[in-house]
Amino acid sequence: MDNTRQHLVVLLAGDSGDGIQLLGTQLIRAAAQSGQDVRTLSDFPAEIRAPQGTVSGVSGFQFQMAAEAIFDPGDAADVFVAFNVAGWIKHKHKLKAGGLLIASSDGFDARSLALAGLAPDEDPLEEARADVQVLDIDVKKLTSEALKSIDLSGKEKARAKNMTLLGMLTWLYGQDAEAMEVDLQRQFKGTVGEANRAAFRAGFHLAETAEWSAYRREVASKKAAPGTYKTLSGSQGIALGIAATARQLGRQVLYAGYPITPASDILHELARLRPEGVVPFQAEDEIASITAALGASFAGNLGITASSGPGISLKGEGLGLAVMLELPLVVINVQRGGPSTGLPTKMEQSDLFQALYGRHGEAPMPVMAIKRTGEAMEDVLLAAKMAVEAMTPVILLSDAYIANSAEPFRLPSIDTLPTIDAPSGAADRAPYARDAQGVRPWITPGTAAGMHRIGGLESEADTGHVSYDAKNHQNMVDARADKVNQVTRFYGPLSVEVGEHTGKLLVIGWGSTFGALRTAVEKLHKEGKSITHLHLKHLFPLHPDVYEFIKGFGHTVVVEMNQGQLVQVLRSQTQAPMSFIGQTSGQPFGADFLYAQLNTLSTQKA
Amino acid sequence: MNGKDFLSDQEVRWCPGCGDYSVLKQFTEVLASLEADPANTVVVSGIGCSSRLPYYVNTYGIHSLHGRAPSVATGIKLANPSLDVWIITGDGDALSIGGNHLLHVLRRNVQVPILLFNNEIYGLTKGQYSPTSRAGALSKSTPLGSIDYPLNPQTLALGAGATFVARSMDRNPTHLRQILMLAKSHEGSALVEIYQNCNVFNDGVFEAFTDKKMQSDHAIFLTHGEPLVFGSHRDKGLVLSGSQVQVVSLTDRSASECWIHDERDPMKAYALARMTGDLRPFGVFYREDRSVFEKQVHRALSETRSLEEVLAMGRTWKVD
Repeated sequence: MDNTRQHLVVLLAGDSGDGIQLLGTQLIRAAAQSGQDVRTLSDFPAEIRAPQGTVSGVSGFQFQMAAEAIFDPGDAADVFVAFNVAGWIKHKHKLKAGGLLIASSDGFDARSLALAGLAPDEDPLEEARADVQVLDIDVKKLTSEALKSIDLSGKEKARAKNMTLLGMLTWLYGQDAEAMEVDLQRQFKGTVGEANRAAFRAGFHLAETAEWSAYRREVASKKAAPGTYKTLSGSQGIALGIAATARQLGRQVLYAGYPITPASDILHELARLRPEGVVPFQAEDEIASITAALGASFAGNLGITASSGPGISLKGEGLGLAVMLELPLVVINVQRGGPSTGLPTKMEQSDLFQALYGRHGEAPMPVMAIKRTGEAMEDVLLAAKMAVEAMTPVILLSDAYIANSAEPFRLPSIDTLPTIDAPSGAADRAPYARDAQGVRPWITPGTAAGMHRIGGLESEADTGHVSYDAKNHQNMVDARADKVNQVTRFYGPLSVEVGEHTGKLLVIGWGSTFGALRTAVEKLHKEGKSITHLHLKHLFPLHPDVYEFIKGFGHTVVVEMNQGQLVQVLRSQTQAPMSFIGQTSGQPFGADFLYAQLNTLSTQKA
Repeated sequence: MNGKDFLSDQEVRWCPGCGDYSVLKQFTEVLASLEADPANTVVVSGIGCSSRLPYYVNTYGIHSLHGRAPSVATGIKLANPSLDVWIITGDGDALSIGGNHLLHVLRRNVQVPILLFNNEIYGLTKGQYSPTSRAGALSKSTPLGSIDYPLNPQTLALGAGATFVARSMDRNPTHLRQILMLAKSHEGSALVEIYQNCNVFNDGVFEAFTDKKMQSDHAIFLTHGEPLVFGSHRDKGLVLSGSQVQVVSLTDRSASECWIHDERDPMKAYALARMTGDLRPFGVFYREDRSVFEKQVHRALSETRSLEEVLAMGRTWKVD
């Protein structure tokens, strides 16, 4: 039977200690390497080892593999791999009718039922058979038999369950088993490596010999653009952007961070990669990380720091100082569900107001957002270019979705990376003398000409001396705002994702809603709807063409994962009629949900 | 260059009679005698009366955020370890709002002398009690006397793992210059607590230790390898009885029988730091040799990867 298809959505669910993220990562790498496009969605609890077997401890990893370009991890799953009953009941609504459930039956025993809060007489697998295909195997038993001769405890052996499943799934998706083994060998050494390989083989051979062809789901491959690829998460992309910044700027970058989910991975990546010209520094707190970054910028490095919402709040005072000092600084906010500790591992776009307005005094600064993993590297470079060439702090927004979602990434050619030119401190220029774009020179300690003292007190124009003069303060407030307003010179043309430049319905999004939004709008557009998708990279100052562009449509709808933040900004700045679709559940929008919502709206507003 | 050459063209705006004037003067004198390169010198401060000092010194300077001078300075040293960086701070700045940063700059051992102006009061905000104010201190925010137990900068620094801990005073220019020179020559963070008189809000709080006439009975000046002797006729000394500090008369015993100051001994340094009564030590309490943070960081980064190498790391594949 030829089960080859164009798309396949797979959902893996089980305990957070089951190694699900690792299993998923292995599968998507193999898919990407075989030429498929992939998008992923990780969903895991904030606890490192959440209560085993319970619904609250479920970790999930969803991915879509496709023979064509895709932008989201898919909605309903074609295949559901359940490590235990808790994982199944938490997410079972996500499996399509007629889909395939692969269940590790050892996770469906009486104890597992009790942990998941089910009665002992319930049989979720039997119930499932009514709507979906079920393939149940005792993966634990299979794994322990495969590892019989290996010197590991029973508990350690059970941890190789994900490798047994990896073997099965590798066969089911027609992936290259040899390449997978080589990859495992590279990652795992010693007895654990031996166990992982044995479990992988056991799973693969079982699938191959047990006539599982009815369950086989192969995805066709597409021809990717020529180049060298790797799979990349958003945090890894940001780290590459920081590495590239040091190279393009030709100066050292001090990356100062304090551990916080989901921003810590950037620090881990930089510490692991050790890129030339980047000094990773784990500071004692959020305030220290931004002030150390500012100190570095004063001394002629570029300071970069990252955090998530609560940490950005702590950095607020430092952002004010950065505005006052007019030093370059990049502040990355990997947003999560808030306020307070909120949902540390879940996604939300609710820090937009904080980024735009969350400071004391008149403290404007450019704000941009990364829309997908594959653009993280270039966005960091652009943020750094704007920070250095306009001598201003820049906020770059990411979120938990981008941080953890992976996609194939074509390595850029280094010659095509943008240049970053520091505004020179020519000897005849005073520290706060501005050029035509309102930018002051970057004169750094060690330079004899232009020695100066600066601080948080209002500075006198040109000299930077302390000034309490009324007129000077007004002028400096205006000059700082004017300088930031001029950063639109760094923007590319306003680019449309899907649709025409005028029409009935304009859909505006920003950040990580990109994938689902694009998928939904493209479908409607193909169906003949007059609908256009615009995705804003620059949230302050807005792209100068946005205002006219909006006027070209009968109605505009803003889609974002908050209670309506960008929509308020756009309403107040354009006075155009605008609706809003929002969600703050910690989960990303599904493309199907957006399709339905936008379909209704386009009918209403037609 | 002499001391005056290190003063900027800005008008100094401390209250007339403030102890800060003396510290500024001794600081610039020290820069002159060190033959410091002004362009290679950065003075970093937080917020408070003392933190205005960078504006008055003709070097690079940054007047940063309240309490954050240590982290700003750490960033500067990580960016460019060859710069001569100084931190200027006060008791509120370093020990209250910036306490955390002080702990960490000290334990990391970033190469930077820290001049902590202690006047036991918030001056710039016009007279509230500070973390070093004595119990019972009367201030605008404690009209009935302070209930807070005061923080001891010396034991705090020792507890944080500081490698150089010292105390001096505004009214003894020679001693202050000498301690600042030692702090500058130290490899690592050097905490110098400076008793500084706020003549407006807390006048005379250190009088017993700084007044020339009273000082001999209340201040004991430390010299490494020398006995701890004080008094107007150098007729009193300290001995250690177990871990207890005792004052003894030298009329019937020789100075050599006294406690010999050993700035390398952390236990003895702690005993000195605990002397918070009406006899207090001045000088270097403690010093040790330990690698400097920013040098270690840069040494650890000596094997870095080019961007090409970084991009190629991990599993990559080619599509032709």
